[in-house]
Parts: sequence; structure tokens; C-alpha cells
Amino acid sequence: MELLLEPFGYQYMVKAIWVSALVGGVCAFLSCYLMLKGWSLMGDALAHAIVPGVALAYLLKVPYAAGAFFSGLLAALAMALVRVRTQLREDAVIGIVFTTFFAVGLMIVSINPTSVNVQSIVLGNILGISDEDVIQVAIIAFISLAILLLRWKDLMLVFFDENQARAVGLSPTRLKILFFVLLSACTVAALQTVGACLVIAMVVTPGATAYLLTDRFGRLIAIAVTMGVTTSALGAYASYFLDGSTGGLIVVFQTLLFLAAFLFAPKHGRLGARRAASTGAPA
Amino acid sequence: MNLQSAEIRPGQGPTPSIVVSGVTVRYANGVTAVNDASFALGPGTICALVGVNGSGKSTIFKTLMGFLKPAQGLVSIAGMEVRAALKRGLVAYVPQAEEVDWTFPVLVDDVVMMGRYGHMGFMRLPRKADREAAEQALDRVNMLEFRRRQIGELSGGQRKRVFLARALAQGGQVILLDEPFTGVDVKTEDQIVQLMRELRAEGRLMLVSTHNLGSIPDFCDQVVIVNKTVLAAGPTETTFTQDNLQRAFGGALRHFRLEGASLHADADQRRVTVITDDERPLVFYGDRDHEKPAAGRKDGQP
Repeated sequence: MELLLEPFGYQYMVKAIWVSALVGGVCAFLSCYLMLKGWSLMGDALAHAIVPGVALAYLLKVPYAAGAFFSGLLAALAMALVRVRTQLREDAVIGIVFTTFFAVGLMIVSINPTSVNVQSIVLGNILGISDEDVIQVAIIAFISLAILLLRWKDLMLVFFDENQARAVGLSPTRLKILFFVLLSACTVAALQTVGACLVIAMVVTPGATAYLLTDRFGRLIAIAVTMGVTTSALGAYASYFLDGSTGGLIVVFQTLLFLAAFLFAPKHGRLGARRAASTGAPA
Repeated sequence: MNLQSAEIRPGQGPTPSIVVSGVTVRYANGVTAVNDASFALGPGTICALVGVNGSGKSTIFKTLMGFLKPAQGLVSIAGMEVRAALKRGLVAYVPQAEEVDWTFPVLVDDVVMMGRYGHMGFMRLPRKADREAAEQALDRVNMLEFRRRQIGELSGGQRKRVFLARALAQGGQVILLDEPFTGVDVKTEDQIVQLMRELRAEGRLMLVSTHNLGSIPDFCDQVVIVNKTVLAAGPTETTFTQDNLQRAFGGALRHFRLEGASLHADADQRRVTVITDDERPLVFYGDRDHEKPAAGRKDGQP
């Protein structure tokens, strides 16, 4: 019992657990929208594209969120440019641009190894997060969460039916921009906890898991956020004992939950689908 | 169209109307989708919007929904600018089946409640009036028993009725229906038409885009025929003629004409003309080309 409580005796562990939980929750919230639009890979592209900005920000000693935002914006513009000027498909454009940005980021980091090490960007470094970074992450996460809680229904309507959103006087364009700003901000925050490689899991898996468990959007969000918070806290906590990567553990926990839902979800799981096969309900 | 004489009914908000005058719409790539289009519709109207694919039907819908801004000309709904009419929830839209993501995790109830968002506060929390409106709307389209179903679990006709219920719950006075009869069985089509007649009696204005030429004389009192512009607009009897349709559709329609001689051996000069857009055919019967169309019968036979 004492052993189980041991992590809570260390301030850096307590910090890692609550910051991870917070970020995991907000990312899970966003995942509900992202996975429904088939935009999942956008989160991945974004996470890789902000790496050079983060590296430069550390090098120049400016807030890393500013650097991340700047290079994310640059990547988005680059993708738009390549898409307009060539006949390439969207996935190829995303693939080219985000790997380029990621490579530049790695180069900057490897040339200046003292400022920040490669591992903490690629794999995250929540256990060693500085107090300034905690403040940045917390501000981003709380503001995003507040906006999402206030506007989740409007965003749902825009994602479901843009015309109806217009018919009730909303502006789909403005709400979509809002969504992408939130997504970028939270990707930046998640970089600290799970690293660039695994951000994609944070903004896809919880929503995808919840999707198998419910047919209502409100519940989808509740389930996804609960899952994001618990797996992230648990991952940070368990990394103390396993001495493993926090990001890796968080995503492994999320994947385990996804598999459980995939197999055992009452209506949309494999077993449920087999049972419902005769009645013709969609899996 | 006597828009001027349309009375303002006290306590019922603005009188539904659509005025499109000299409207030209261009897409960002410079293609002109609709050129110098004009028509006007008043309250208590069901108007068919007819034309081949790519003739500008959806452009007109998008313009009425404020998604596209005309490069020239004016659009007004209930005497206001489009944006103002949308803000007041006057325009309801019933989407085509292909436009909807049927796997989206929403129940029938949730979809109908989306029609009430304009009536709710910033947080979109439904009040008693919103719940009642949603329930009445579902009841009216006979979908109350399906309210807890996820939308993908419904049949084609049921899906249509859910979105009609959303338009009703919204209280839209101008209702735009995009291909409401596609993928719908004849029974559901009759139900939808019946409902539209009731809504017309309540003074609402409906604009229906359809390929179902044969049923237009059944329930539409006005017709707007488009092909990159408005070719003809007016009452069904005078506008929905073989001449106008041939101008609009050209070779895009299947067109059979059976002359008197190939029908029978006697001296009867009458002939049968069947025009079809691959849905319910439109049949002209008589010895002249501008006869009033005979309404296509429900069973699809002339």
C-alpha cells in the first residue's frame, strides 16, 4: 500500500499526473470531433509540423507555445500552397509537408543538443517538465476546455450539418477555425506529455473508443474525456514503477480500452454485432 | 405574383416570400453558375425547382442559404436580406440524403432538436418550449416512436421525415427541400406531399428541387425552370409546359412521342408524349404540344 502511494510523495510525479490528466481530457474532447470527420491524420501532421517551432523556441528562449504556433501556421500554409499549385492528392501533400517540418525540427535539435534533447520532443518528457511549461500547458488546456464546454453543441452541429448550422444563424467557417485553433493549441500541450509521435493517439483513440459505446454525442464526449483523463493519469502514475515512457504507457492504456470496446461493446462491438447480425442492426 | 398584396398576419412574424432578382452567381474559379436569374414566390406556395444536374439548382439553394453571395442582383427572403432571415430562423433546409453522415452519433431526437438551436440561448440548453416543439414535429411526421433511434438505423423514408420534423421544429416559414423524393417509397412520398399541402395551407412557402417531373402537377402550384438562368417561372398550368421543359432539358430527358397512327388505326389525331428524367415520367396527352400535362399517377403509369 505504501509502495502504491509512493509516487504521490514526489512533487514531480504529482505534477506529471495532473498535467497529463488535464491534457488527456482536452485532447479526448477534441478527438470526438476529429475522428468523425475523417481528419484524424491532420492531428498527426500538426504534431510533427510544430517540432521545428518548439526546437527554435527553446533555442531562442521564447515561450515554446509561440514557436509551435508559428511553425504550425507555416506548415498549414505550405500544405495549402502545394495543394493549390500541384495535382497531388491531399494525403501525399500532408505526408511531404509534415515529414519535412519534422526533419527540420530534428536537425535543429541535433545541431544544438544543449538547448533541448530530441527525446523530450519526440517522446515527451512530462516527468521533467519545467514550471513555466506547466503554466503554459495549464492555461492552454483550461481555456480550450472552457470554450469546448460552452460551444460543444454548436461545433457538433457544424460537423454534422453545415447547412443547418447556417440556417440557425451560426457561421460554420468561424467555428471550424475555432476548432483548428483549439486543436493546434492542444497538440502543442500534448507534445509535452506524450511527444510528437504519439499525439495522434491522444486526439483519435478516446473518441474512436467512445464511438463504439454510444449513439449520442453528449455521452460520446463524456466517455471519451473520462477515458482520456484516467488513462493519462494512470499512464503517468505507472511510469514511476515501470520506469518507462509516460507517453507510451498512456497510449497503451488507451489502446487496451479501445480493444475492449471493439470486442465487448454492447451494440457496436464484435460480440454485439454477431448477436445483432440476425436483426440487421448496423455494426 | 402579388407580393404587395400579401397581408402581414399579426402575431405570426414576417410573411414568407422569396424574391430573386437579376441574380448572377460566380464561383471562386470564375465559372458563372447562374446568370441573371429572377423569380418571386409568396406565402402559401409549393414551388418546384426543375432543371438538369448542373443547371444551377443547388447554386440557387446555396444562395438562398447565404452560402454563396451573388455577384450581381438581389435576393430577399421575407422582405429581408438572406443573413437577417437566417438569423431569425425563417429558412429551414431539408438536405439530400447523400449530404448527411448517417453514422454520426445522434438520435432522431437530437437531430430534431438541432432545429431549435436558433431559439435557444448561448449554451443551447433546451427549454420546455423546445422539447414540446420537437415532440410535436416528430408526432406530425409520425416518427415519435423512433425518437430514441440512431439516425442510421432508419429507412430512407423515415430519414426524410426526421429532417422534415427538424424543419417543422425550427418553425421555418420558408422551407427548402433538396430532392425530397429520392430513395423514398411511394407511400412515404404521398405522406411527404400530404404534409407539404398542410404546410402550404398554413401559409408557408416551400421550394422543392426534384427530378420527379410526373408528380409536380400533383402538388406544386408554382414552377421555376432553370438552366444556368431562370428559363421560366410561374403557375404550374402555364409554366410547366412541354415547350419550356424541352428548352430546359434538351436531350437530357428521355422523350417518347407516340403519334396517333402508331397507337391506333382510326382517325384520332391525339398522341401521347412521355417525358422522363429517369424518375416518375411526365405525360402529355392530346393533339397539341402545349397541352396541360396530365398528372402522373401514383403507380407510375400514365
